[in-house]
Amino acid sequence: MITFALRGLLARKLRTILTALGVVLGVALMSGTFVLTDSIDDAFHSIFSQTYRNADAAITGKSAFSLNGGNGSTPPSFDQSLLTTVRALPEVGAASGFVTSDAHLIGSNGKAISFGGAPNLGFSVDPTQPDLSVLSLVSGAWPHADEVVVDKTTAHRKDLAVGQTIGVQARGPVERMRIAGIVKFGSVSSIGGATLSGFDLATAQRLFGKPGRLDQILIAGKPGVSTAQLLASVTKVLPPNTQVRSGSEQAAKNASDASGFISFLRTLLLAFGGIALFVGSFVIANSLSITIAQRTREFATLRTLGASRRQVLRSVILEALAMGFTASVVGLFLGLGLAVGLFKIFDAAGLTLPNNGLVFRTRTVVVALLVGTLITLLASLRPAMRATRVPPIAAVREGAKLPPGRLARFRPVGAALLALVGVAFLLIGLFVHGLGTAGVLTFMLVGALLVFIGIAIFSAQLVRPLAAAANPVARWAVIAFSAVVWPLFSLPFWLLRYGVWGPGSTGRRVAAFVGGALLNPLVLVVVLAMALRRAVSGWRPEWPADFPSVVTEPSATRIGNENSQRDPQRTAATAAALMIGLALVTLMAALAAGIIRPFEQAVDDIFVADYAITAQNNFDPIPTTVTAAVAQTPGVESIAGVRIGDGRAFGKHIELTAVDPQAGDVLSLDWRQGSQATFGSLGADGAFTTDSYAKDHHLAIGSPLTVETPTGTLLGLHLAGTFHPPAGGSPFGAVTISSATFDRHYEQPKNLYTFVRMTGGVNDANTAALNAALASFPNAKAVTRAQFKDNQSAAIKNILNVLYVLLALSVVVSIFGIVNALVLTVFERTRELGMMRAIGMTRRQTRRMIRHESVITALIGAVLGIVVGLLLAGLLTVRLDFIAFVVPVSELILFVLVAVVVGIFAAVFPARRAARLDPLAALQYE
Amino acid sequence: MDSQNGAVVVARDISRIYGEGDTAVAALRGVDVEIPLGRLTAVMGPSGSGKSTLMHILAGLDKPTSGSVLIDGTDITTLDDTALTKLRRKHIGFIFQFFNLLPMLNARENVLLPLTIAGEKPDRGWFDELVRRVGLADRLRHRPAELSGGQQQRVAIARALVSRPTVVFADEPTGNLDSTTGGEILELMRASVEEYGQTMVMVTHDAEAAAMADRVLFLADGRIVQELPRSSRHEILAAIETLSVR
Repeated sequence: MITFALRGLLARKLRTILTALGVVLGVALMSGTFVLTDSIDDAFHSIFSQTYRNADAAITGKSAFSLNGGNGSTPPSFDQSLLTTVRALPEVGAASGFVTSDAHLIGSNGKAISFGGAPNLGFSVDPTQPDLSVLSLVSGAWPHADEVVVDKTTAHRKDLAVGQTIGVQARGPVERMRIAGIVKFGSVSSIGGATLSGFDLATAQRLFGKPGRLDQILIAGKPGVSTAQLLASVTKVLPPNTQVRSGSEQAAKNASDASGFISFLRTLLLAFGGIALFVGSFVIANSLSITIAQRTREFATLRTLGASRRQVLRSVILEALAMGFTASVVGLFLGLGLAVGLFKIFDAAGLTLPNNGLVFRTRTVVVALLVGTLITLLASLRPAMRATRVPPIAAVREGAKLPPGRLARFRPVGAALLALVGVAFLLIGLFVHGLGTAGVLTFMLVGALLVFIGIAIFSAQLVRPLAAAANPVARWAVIAFSAVVWPLFSLPFWLLRYGVWGPGSTGRRVAAFVGGALLNPLVLVVVLAMALRRAVSGWRPEWPADFPSVVTEPSATRIGNENSQRDPQRTAATAAALMIGLALVTLMAALAAGIIRPFEQAVDDIFVADYAITAQNNFDPIPTTVTAAVAQTPGVESIAGVRIGDGRAFGKHIELTAVDPQAGDVLSLDWRQGSQATFGSLGADGAFTTDSYAKDHHLAIGSPLTVETPTGTLLGLHLAGTFHPPAGGSPFGAVTISSATFDRHYEQPKNLYTFVRMTGGVNDANTAALNAALASFPNAKAVTRAQFKDNQSAAIKNILNVLYVLLALSVVVSIFGIVNALVLTVFERTRELGMMRAIGMTRRQTRRMIRHESVITALIGAVLGIVVGLLLAGLLTVRLDFIAFVVPVSELILFVLVAVVVGIFAAVFPARRAARLDPLAALQYE
Repeated sequence: MDSQNGAVVVARDISRIYGEGDTAVAALRGVDVEIPLGRLTAVMGPSGSGKSTLMHILAGLDKPTSGSVLIDGTDITTLDDTALTKLRRKHIGFIFQFFNLLPMLNARENVLLPLTIAGEKPDRGWFDELVRRVGLADRLRHRPAELSGGQQQRVAIARALVSRPTVVFADEPTGNLDSTTGGEILELMRASVEEYGQTMVMVTHDAEAAAMADRVLFLADGRIVQELPRSSRHEILAAIETLSVR
């Protein structure tokens, strides 16, 4: 029986491959994800272990509570006198103090050098202790005062050499410095797109705004001193707000700080791999049940030869296992290639990831193979059960049909119930409080799965009306498509064909060929390939050509439409795969539109300034020195920055924001208590909060409010006002204090946004004046309100595009599903197709018939998907008040067009097969 | 092997009604049949006479509406699917009109398939003998698609015989073959009855085929209307003539 099952797979190679493609792609994305994230993980680990390669211990600043990290906050620095104390300890062999900060290198074009959004890191170096330095010298010399060393990759990419001068900027304006040497990060060749710059300690402290302070002390113990002894000795001399760890501990700590991002990325990508597999399982289930229906006689024969139901079940499941396993192995290795591709995609999307060679772990192999095989197995269960119902007598009956299962009558009701249970799960996940993140996600996931499965099964009931509705759409869409594509492809194609094969004088043929080649070089490739084939095999293309012709024809499309309704279950199952992909795409589009619209509304409400000043990448906080510089610009009437930092209040981490007193001139809030004047009257201990925060913590005007800073200072504040943030959000966090208070307690304050009002409002002169003021701060830019909105929503659109790319994989899987179902259908209808050809249907009509069926199937999938996607988006927007329910009309129209194109392309190969059938052979086929 | 008076398959008063109520059609109306051991029995009759239904019921592929069928003393009409499967492995072989070979297996694997399914070891000598007898010794590695119709039916005959079943049922074994090839196949079946003592039941509407049988049953309108001992093609055609006139 084993040989039987395996031979069966081999005998149906094409069908097997088409069936298994979904699993291949899904597993590829999974293993690719693992390889990608493991590689990043590994790269981070080696980066951090490089940092501490010679350090037995590291002293760092310690914040009072764990920091968010997302808003650029770093642990507090400490006084450099600690270094002298540490060096004096008898256990300490060598110790060196360092400061670090963001530092931009300014290219010859006056812009900050940056590769794909990667960080721009500045370090101090200690030439006396090269072993303890993070950077190691490649060429040139260590920097003296007011000199810089830059990393090899940046130097190479930007043609920098020792002896040149380059602009450097950290806290203050740009300074020109001589490049003293080229360095690299330990022995690591590349750490993503990060730029590295190094300075001597005094220069670095000045540049980074940390005079007399240190961020880190690295210590090497005396020979013979154990790490434990060293740590114990150092601990005794530590001031508050500092801590010491062994070198390896510190490396692990830094790596785990980075791993939050990696695990998010991993979860995200795995989710899309899971979606592709889910779609793939639909394709498998559908293809297997079609195949099994076609193999009825084969199974019946086995039964007459004495095979038990169990043996039939086992042989089908074994086939699925073999197919699933093989597909998983292929997917696994495809994933390696995909990981490389993903690195490139993220690079292109502005997120260069560190890469120190691909890492292929055993876990990747085990999970990928297991998941791929199990999914295939699960998908094969129902078709396998159907196979066991084949009665032995089907071996002697012509065209025997599978008997419907005992529960077939209840299918629609059961499917509807399943979908309803799914919706109920979704509602529970969304609206029941106290489930925890894992609980919510589980309910949502199970709910979504049930909804998809339920609708996929139930949609068999909807195929007839939907096909009837899709029929004219499919016809007109194809006609419209023809109207666009036909002239584009047809004319050059005909000209080229005439040039190669046509009758007539050589002159005319050459003219036609050249004309065709000029009109559409793409088609030239096709024609040359055809000419090559002819030269090799003596094959002669039919004349006239009909390759590009997509004009429809009633007789063919009518039969195609009928065919699509012939087996509603099959059509529904085929369409369901596309439905899932399109539902998710629609959901994303609707959510993105739903986020952007209230955001823009919020900007319109709050942003009453003329300009905003943001980082080049729109979201990094920038030093307050920038605001100070802009304030001097002629024409500036009023300027106010919004600072951001971490804080802790009522035992919970909050985003603490701070604002300049004149903010009332540039920002307008919906005050519930207090007024615009509150901005100016915050003083040393005033704070305003959002209305919901005040309500949650029972705060009234004058109520005391204590916020802890990362250094552990307690700020005693009182409530001076509350405002209601618009649905699209506000620049302010839960608690906002005055910038003066903030600057007293926060090291290196940074502004997230700076808003400017100018005499004369937005005009070219004012824009030019601001840009001139910002010339020495290349990382900052001035934008108008409209630009501000566009820039901020561009980030969302970028994310959306990445998600589209990832979802496209699922759509590709469902395309293969349609191709496979059509190919199987052509096999099945061989005799019928032969008959139609025998009574006069042309090849072209045959192709059109198949194509029409394909387009209708795709349209059914699109319509169902869009409806389900909008329903899901509706549910989410009811729950999440910062998202509005917006129907992204133009995107939806685009998706329907994509579905039509999907249908046309999915039909190309099956339609060719159908048209190639020899009528005589087809009639004898059984 | 013998049950009463040498019959291996005994059917008592079987009737088979398809459909219900007004649309009910009786395919068999009270048929009694005994298939004697080691003989080739042919069942003839015009289309719709019920000859195929009779064979399906005798072979346990279909259940009669009433009546009983004993194979080797077991009433197969009361068996469940599992018991019936086991009975098929031991007692029943099939030869089909359309051969029903598995396209992905070669000739050798097709022949051995019943034993593979039953999990039994093939009897090497018997297999070699069968293959030699049906003339497939040099075709064993070929797939069905690479064999002619006659060769495919030879494979099917070897397959039906390989497990030495109590009875082999053949459903129009020559219906899909030209007359020369069909004749060779019939001779092969005849030989298996004579040389190996194989019991066979063959449904056919071909008088040439029926002339090979030891006994010919004629069905019309769901009843056995006539029975002939071994007869010539001529006598059989005459019998058909009388039946259709009647």
